[in-house]
Amino acid sequence: MVSIQLTGAEMVLQAFEDHKVDTLFGYPGGAVLPIYDELAKGKNSIHHYLVRHEQGAAHAAEGYARSSGKVGVLLVTSGPGVTNAVTGLADAMMDSIPLVCISGQVPSHLIGTDAFQECDAVGITRPCTKHNWLVKDINDLSRILHEAFYVAASGRPGPVLVDIPKDIQFQTGTYIGPETIKHKSYRPKLKANIDKIDEALKLIISAKKPIFYTGGGVINSGNAAVQLLREFVRLTGFPITSTLQGLGAFPGDDNQFLGMLGMHGTYEANMAMHDCDLLINIGARFDDRITGKVDEFSPHSKKIHIDIDPSSINKTIKVDVPLVGDVAHVLEDAIKLWKSNVYKVDKISVKSWWGIIDNWRKTDSLSFAVDKKVIKPQYAIQRLYELTKDKDCYITTEVGQHQMWAAQHYKFNKPNRWITSGGLGTMGFGLPAAIGAQVAHPDKLVIDIAGEASILMCIQEMSTAIQHQLPVKVFIINNQYMGMVRQWQELLHDKRYSHSYTDALPDFVKLAEAYGAKGIRVQSPADLDKGIQEMIDYKGPVIFDCVVDQNENVYPMIPSGKAHNQMLLGKDNEDKEISLEGKTLV
Amino acid sequence: MESKHTVSVLVDNEPGVLARVIGLISGRGYNIDSLSVAEVDAESHISRITFVTLGNEETINKMIAQLQKLIPVKKAINITLDKKGIEREMALVKVVATGDKRVESLRLSDAFRAKVIDTTHDSFVFELNGSPVKIDAFIDLMTPLGLSEISRTGVVAIARGSEKL
Ligand SMILES: Cc1ncc(C[n+]2csc(CCOP(=O)(O)OP(=O)(O)O)c2C)c(N)n1
Ligand SMILES: [Mg+2]
Repeated sequence: MVSIQLTGAEMVLQAFEDHKVDTLFGYPGGAVLPIYDELAKGKNSIHHYLVRHEQGAAHAAEGYARSSGKVGVLLVTSGPGVTNAVTGLADAMMDSIPLVCISGQVPSHLIGTDAFQECDAVGITRPCTKHNWLVKDINDLSRILHEAFYVAASGRPGPVLVDIPKDIQFQTGTYIGPETIKHKSYRPKLKANIDKIDEALKLIISAKKPIFYTGGGVINSGNAAVQLLREFVRLTGFPITSTLQGLGAFPGDDNQFLGMLGMHGTYEANMAMHDCDLLINIGARFDDRITGKVDEFSPHSKKIHIDIDPSSINKTIKVDVPLVGDVAHVLEDAIKLWKSNVYKVDKISVKSWWGIIDNWRKTDSLSFAVDKKVIKPQYAIQRLYELTKDKDCYITTEVGQHQMWAAQHYKFNKPNRWITSGGLGTMGFGLPAAIGAQVAHPDKLVIDIAGEASILMCIQEMSTAIQHQLPVKVFIINNQYMGMVRQWQELLHDKRYSHSYTDALPDFVKLAEAYGAKGIRVQSPADLDKGIQEMIDYKGPVIFDCVVDQNENVYPMIPSGKAHNQMLLGKDNEDKEISLEGKTLV
Repeated sequence: MESKHTVSVLVDNEPGVLARVIGLISGRGYNIDSLSVAEVDAESHISRITFVTLGNEETINKMIAQLQKLIPVKKAINITLDKKGIEREMALVKVVATGDKRVESLRLSDAFRAKVIDTTHDSFVFELNGSPVKIDAFIDLMTPLGLSEISRTGVVAIARGSEKL
């Protein structure tokens, strides 16, 4: 097909088909009725999942995209439909997740008249999308739709929005297939300069205290990147740490893996970052959760940075060898060059570096005191991991302490299994994201590790799970507190727990039952395994209310404004003063 | 150290592109001293945006990196630093005066090679081209002579030599 006559609504569905989209998350309304009408006609093989709030549609599309490597697609109406989706778009923007959001708009002649359910969708979403379009002419629609899929998925991925006035959905025009359409100017660079790669390799072979620091860019680059990373890391024998978003790219239970780094990273990962003489950043962005105090960040190291987004280079941390390109392409060239030049690392130095690291490891910074009477939240995650680790689970999270404990204590050996809101830190992300992941992997076990506060932000999506028979499990680490807020108030505001305790929580078991799901509550460590097993064995959605110690904090912790080598390891050193400057950071 | 930088941006001339560029800059808290924009390639629909902003080299570099991330942006450079650019501006200056002041304003405009493009018995409109500094100086001189209104285009800039942006 080169060109055919279609209505605007038909074009949207035709474009979905041409871009191999078979899954759509959405919510109808006046301005998208023509598109919903096409869905009802059933000419295309697209499965629509009806969410209960447009924020849920966006997060579900994110969960779908993150867990499958495909583009996530959502369909929302004008006005409140699109404003409800904004949080999800901003979330996808921060974590570089490819989404295409189709929004309805009031008819062209009413734009600018403050019409019913009119809002400036492209204006509102401009800073939280990678790009967006308002369609003004039916004959532009097919080109814009193809560009939208291209822009969302290529380069550094991200969300895009196409705003389509209702009259254009009804009009007939020429649909041109994607084969013939190329974006005018957007061509992200995939391969890095080979001389620069060699410069990086020369640093690698002479390094005495090297470390790999990897991020979500490896996962975004795809499976080839993950395999190449593993090969390269094993070739060198260097230690590797990962950001929150990068977990799973390198096996979490491998001896070369030092665990996550950053604010709640392991002692060994952060100490190694601080003391290393070569830092190899692959697909990470020197985020402030990672660097801590910027001027004391990894002060003695040379830095290599592989990133597809040139604006990430030297944004917060100056690097010595920038390699702008796609992780898989760069690593492929690097490994080829390594082999053809028969490069070898400085084995003796690296061995003594491992000696220092192994000493740090003895600190066992993720350890916690197990209790016989109350469930420690870390213990709950540990048991959840032990009882599900041979099941190839997909784990999503909400935001807070439970999220950090999940990152610390659940080990990921494969990419795309860990789906969390890192950049924006959006409470309410986990349940709809789990729904999206379950849609992508109907036969897999999908668990949202949740907090009792966060889960209430998108709890309505339980109804979506029931309707579409998606057996997601919500595992609530219930400490009755906005634990992460409580922790900061404890450390920074003299234990004035201002509005971080939730009175009047719902009975989560009854709530589950009200939705038509199963509810399980466990309050004692002795019953934990049995409860988890019951959750796993149940065929439908479950809300698991895991009642835990209310006072536990996440450690280790680099307090705001401190360097990596100034971590707090536990309760004993909480008295360390945090400067005013540190308090103003988040 | 903070100083003025002139940035040239080549963009696809499509709806909303100016809002994207300006939104990105103001959204990050920078100020724009002047702005000018027009299509420069009618065939491939490319516009050139030139703006002047205050900041140190590093923040301007970050701003440029962020600009380059926008999909319709083809190129963005710091003309002041990278290119030893030539900067020009045009101003229309209205002076309302009679008698000696009127004569003096005409005499000064001649020295600045400004053109009189409108006149009545008690007013002139001068058209003046030049560097922003020259225009500032002209305005200073006209102030006591009956300066009434100014309209400036904002800076446009281009690199010296044969090299193309
Ligand atoms: C939408 C949104 N609002 C506010 C916050 C700030 N915030 C971060 S963590 C947190 C508490 C989360 O509490 P809970 O879900 O119970 O998790 P816990 O920390 O107790 O494990 C809050 C309020 C946020 N991240 N997102
Ligand atoms: Mg809580």
